[in-house]
Amino acid sequence: MAEADVQDGRALAVGGELPIVRLRHWGRWVSGVVVLGLLALLGVALAQAQVQYGSVPEFLWYRVILVGLLNTVVLAVVAQGSAIVIGVVIALMRRSVNPVARWFAAAYIWLFRGLPVLLQILIWYNLALVFTYISIPLPFGGYLLHEQTNVLVTAFVAALLGLALNESAYMAEIVRAGLNSVDQGQAEAAKSIGMGPLLTLRRVVLPQAMRVIIPPTGNDFINMLKGTSIASVIGVTELIHAANNISSNNLLVMETLLAAAIWYMVVVTVAGVGQHYLERAFDAADRTGSAGGPWSRAARALRTAPTVRSRDV
Amino acid sequence: MSDAGLEQPLLRAVGVRKRFGDTEVLRGIDLTVSKGKVVCLLGPSGAGKSTFLRCINHLETIDGGQVWVDGEPIGFRLRHGKLYELPEREVAKQRRHIGMVFQRFNLFAHRTVLENVAEGPVRVLGVATGDARREALALLDRVGLAHRADAYPGQLSGGQQQRVAIARSLAMRPKLMLFDEPTSALDPELVGEVLEVMRALAAEDMTMIVVTHEMGFAREVADEVVFMVDGAVVETGPPSQVLAAPRHERTRQFLARVL
Ligand SMILES: Nc1ncnc2c1ncn2[C@@H]1O[C@H](COP(=O)(O)OP(=O)(O)OP(=O)(O)O)[C@@H](O)[C@H]1O
Ligand SMILES: [Mg+2]
Repeated sequence: MAEADVQDGRALAVGGELPIVRLRHWGRWVSGVVVLGLLALLGVALAQAQVQYGSVPEFLWYRVILVGLLNTVVLAVVAQGSAIVIGVVIALMRRSVNPVARWFAAAYIWLFRGLPVLLQILIWYNLALVFTYISIPLPFGGYLLHEQTNVLVTAFVAALLGLALNESAYMAEIVRAGLNSVDQGQAEAAKSIGMGPLLTLRRVVLPQAMRVIIPPTGNDFINMLKGTSIASVIGVTELIHAANNISSNNLLVMETLLAAAIWYMVVVTVAGVGQHYLERAFDAADRTGSAGGPWSRAARALRTAPTVRSRDV
Repeated sequence: MSDAGLEQPLLRAVGVRKRFGDTEVLRGIDLTVSKGKVVCLLGPSGAGKSTFLRCINHLETIDGGQVWVDGEPIGFRLRHGKLYELPEREVAKQRRHIGMVFQRFNLFAHRTVLENVAEGPVRVLGVATGDARREALALLDRVGLAHRADAYPGQLSGGQQQRVAIARSLAMRPKLMLFDEPTSALDPELVGEVLEVMRALAAEDMTMIVVTHEMGFAREVADEVVFMVDGAVVETGPPSQVLAAPRHERTRQFLARVL
């Protein structure tokens, strides 16, 4: 038989094509069946659970839930946006030649990264206990700002301050890693054609640092979206607080939580998709020939999302 | 110009010193370059050639001596007989007209070839985008790369990247061009195309200081060859003399090794 095989092979090899038997991926089939089985069991369990699934879609569109959704998104976007701006400034101070700036940045990161975000929020929320008024006096009498702390630092503002400052410490480290990832030669080339420090940063170093900065920032933003739920502790009507509001009236705890869960998944998914396109736009700049700045590329990629891949542009 | 006394050199470096930590890398370098001349800097690795070049456009601060380009003290402002150190954004203005070409090209990786060349004129000199792009295209044509204007640096060969880098410097209409081993990172067959561009520049009376190991280029193009060892100038003269009949023992040893 072995001999026959050899002869077979010789004969075919002369003529050219040999039939190919593909590797059987048994593991895929087995694991697929196991997963399907487990999903079926889960489905059975959920069907037997005492949950009024019918009421969930209704809760999705309750006014309170929508207000909670809006607050969650606004809180996350504003907090993350401020954190990015502060983070860039702190990162630049950390890399500065000025030792005072370096020292300040290190201390800033040490402090705001060290304290639990809940504690930071509680401190801002209770600021009125120790400072009744917040004032910024003008040099020749009068005030630029003179207001009761209670009025100025509402629960929403306290949550915003806590979330933004905490996140800014992390953003500073992310931005610093990004700036460090850009080859020194890029900044030197910019200097050699007469670009000042600001122009060099804005036109040459930062755009190339984005590739390293975007992925962890997207990660942090998704964390931030979910992390806003901590503001429910001081009574901000974000998604979870809104869900609790409803269930304390009708006792449908699981149903309202499910509605909140669905909104979280929607928002997080949208954020993830946005990150994907942003990443691809800044990534593409290095190699492929798509024209325009990364932002216009991102916009174009989003418009043509389902059909065109950026590599084809 | 008939009155030679009025002709001031384009570059005058006087006693330039530089130390990194405890090691003195430049130990009092003097160099004078007149307008339109090509000077080649030779010397063994670690001699301080790159450091000296970087001191000329103040990419490195100097610890002693002065660098004058076109009558201006680089990195300083002369006032009431004193030199006041300038902040970085003021130094940036002095660098506008001192071009520099790096061993590793350093093209802006996120911008196209055309954008690389037009970037300086648009952002630094305030030239209108349309004019700058037209001029950039003309410069790219000069270095033989107009057809790659829309490519990204990563899509070009080393030789092409270096020619774009030269065009990027030229776009600033420099008075002085500094080249730091512009062909050392290139495959042998790509060296020629870059040297050719540099030859053409020299023929158009661009003032150039070139650190290089290309002896053929130095012999053919240089008006003056400067040989450096251990942070000091050992020998200076026309290439016919320094390369063919070196006076100093160190120069002889070096040339014996590279030729
Ligand atoms: N940033 C730096 N920090 C510390 N030492 C440095 C630095 N840059 C250069 N040096 C040292 O200064 C000396 C001169 O370096 P330089 O790069 O100027 O030499 P070079 O003549 O250009 O050599 P090569 O032909 O290898 O490029 C070397 O001993 C080098 O190690
Ligand atoms: Mg060198």
